[in-house]
Amino acid sequence: MDLRLDGITHRYDGLLVLDGIDLLIRDGETVAIIGPSGCGKSTLLGIVGGLLRPSAGTVRTIGKPRADSLNPFTYVFQDFALLPWRSVAANVALALEHHPLPRAERQARIKAALGLTGLGDFADALPRQLSGGMRQRVGLARALVVRPAVLLLDEPLSALDAQTRELLMEDLLAIWARERSTRLYVTHNLDEAARLADRVVVLSRRPGRIREIVSIDVPVAERLSASALPVIAAVRDRLWALIRDEARVAEREVQHA
Amino acid sequence: MPEPDVRGAGGVADGSATIAFRGGGFQPQPRRLVPFIVFVLVIGLWQAASWRGWLPDLFMPSPWQIVGAFGDMLHSGTLTRHVGASLSRIALGWLFGTTAGLAVGLAMGIFSVARAGGLPVVSALFPIPKIALLPLFILWFGIGEPSKVATIGFGVFFPTVIAAYTACDSVPRNLIRMGQSFGLPAHAIVWKIVVPGAMPGILAGFRITASIALILVVAAEMIGAEYGIGAFILSAGNLMQTDQLLAGVTLLSLLGLAVSTVLGAVERIVLRWR
Ligand SMILES: Nc1ncnc2c1ncn2[C@@H]1O[C@H](COP(=O)(O)OP(=O)(O)O)[C@@H](O)[C@H]1O
Ligand SMILES: [Mg+2]
Repeated sequence: MDLRLDGITHRYDGLLVLDGIDLLIRDGETVAIIGPSGCGKSTLLGIVGGLLRPSAGTVRTIGKPRADSLNPFTYVFQDFALLPWRSVAANVALALEHHPLPRAERQARIKAALGLTGLGDFADALPRQLSGGMRQRVGLARALVVRPAVLLLDEPLSALDAQTRELLMEDLLAIWARERSTRLYVTHNLDEAARLADRVVVLSRRPGRIREIVSIDVPVAERLSASALPVIAAVRDRLWALIRDEARVAEREVQHA
Repeated sequence: MPEPDVRGAGGVADGSATIAFRGGGFQPQPRRLVPFIVFVLVIGLWQAASWRGWLPDLFMPSPWQIVGAFGDMLHSGTLTRHVGASLSRIALGWLFGTTAGLAVGLAMGIFSVARAGGLPVVSALFPIPKIALLPLFILWFGIGEPSKVATIGFGVFFPTVIAAYTACDSVPRNLIRMGQSFGLPAHAIVWKIVVPGAMPGILAGFRITASIALILVVAAEMIGAEYGIGAFILSAGNLMQTDQLLAGVTLLSLLGLAVSTVLGAVERIVLRWR
């Protein structure tokens, strides 16, 4: 299933946040979206996932999502959005509870998702007992358990410390390799974009417009190999050169909301 | 000259000084004996003052006399009768008020129409001291139990409404968005996200309404009741039986403590996840 964004424009009251975003996302691709804070990245993700109505423009799917997908567009949130009163397994189960599934399949899906995210031993833990990294793994497991066609990740590692972020990037690459979904990965972290994505969409500061799309010519499966390092470093420098000036202006801007 | 090895910092050269400690404090530490000692001291001083004759028996009976009054009540069976009457009024009124209050409060927390319609009514009726309505309820329901239960129920209702809808507001928006993003139906979002998320606020409201129920039951029983702790205190006062009066007051203190212990246990169980 491909995804096509046509002229996505969004205003909050009078504030123009996104201006004419056109983008074709191919099935199975990982597309990172970067841009200075406040440029409309979360807004764009909200529009793609059907949580926000765009002021203008359309998001279309081309082809059918995978047949076993219970929730084709599925989010992973920056602040994890876990229910603190539910155990890890119950948080993951939440995504399945309103779907008529045989008990055995339900259990099998939950077990598989916990396994994939390295949470096998933590099924009964409560969120407050977990580190930030483990909490985001729960967020990932909950998203994977519905077999999403499109994973919408909104700064999934931004709430984590630098070391945990490194670990989770490696784990995400491992998960990317074992699970077929299209991924839209919003971040302001150039490193994440350069290491995790096939293509990086660079947005301008608000109102967000596409400034450039940077392709990374190393398959995601080979990103951890040493030969990928110079390519990743070059991409990161390129991205920084692209957004540096705008980031500085955006930083000095007075907040509106 | 060799460089000093600072890795172990064992032997320190001349001119050294240790850094004066200036942290610590400002954090309550458990002191197991102190509460017990203070309690015994206060009661003991009171008792001693009575023995010395510094406190006239009629106006301030000694702790020992109050214990004696308790014993008398226990023997004659009046204690259980009075406590039973008060407790059943509190239980009924609190249950009615809480049930209705939660229904209305959650509706106001969830539906914009209920919020817009309910808020002015709640704002207008909440500040009324509910005991002022007892005469009206007596006209409606008679002097018996229903008018007292209605007063308590009414007094419990409004704080429950307010606690419930503000608790709904305090449920993080992003949890609700998460539910929507997974396609949860609206009723599932309410029962699986909003209501459990509002539980801490609702339970905090229970502590307030429990104390309101205790106040109102005493007030209502002082206005017209044969049995009940309030009626007992009033008649003891009229007969100048201050030992009995203070026994009744002590009973209220114990009752309040018992209720707050029960609520504390409920909170610990229901909010184990915190
Ligand atoms: N619900 C809202 N109402 C009004 N303004 C908003 C709202 N959400 C976001 N904004 C504003 O829109 C701009 C883009 O927000 P967002 O999409 O969250 O940016 P990003 O995720 O790129 O940091 C920001 O300036 C923000 O203040
Ligand atoms: Mg954002």
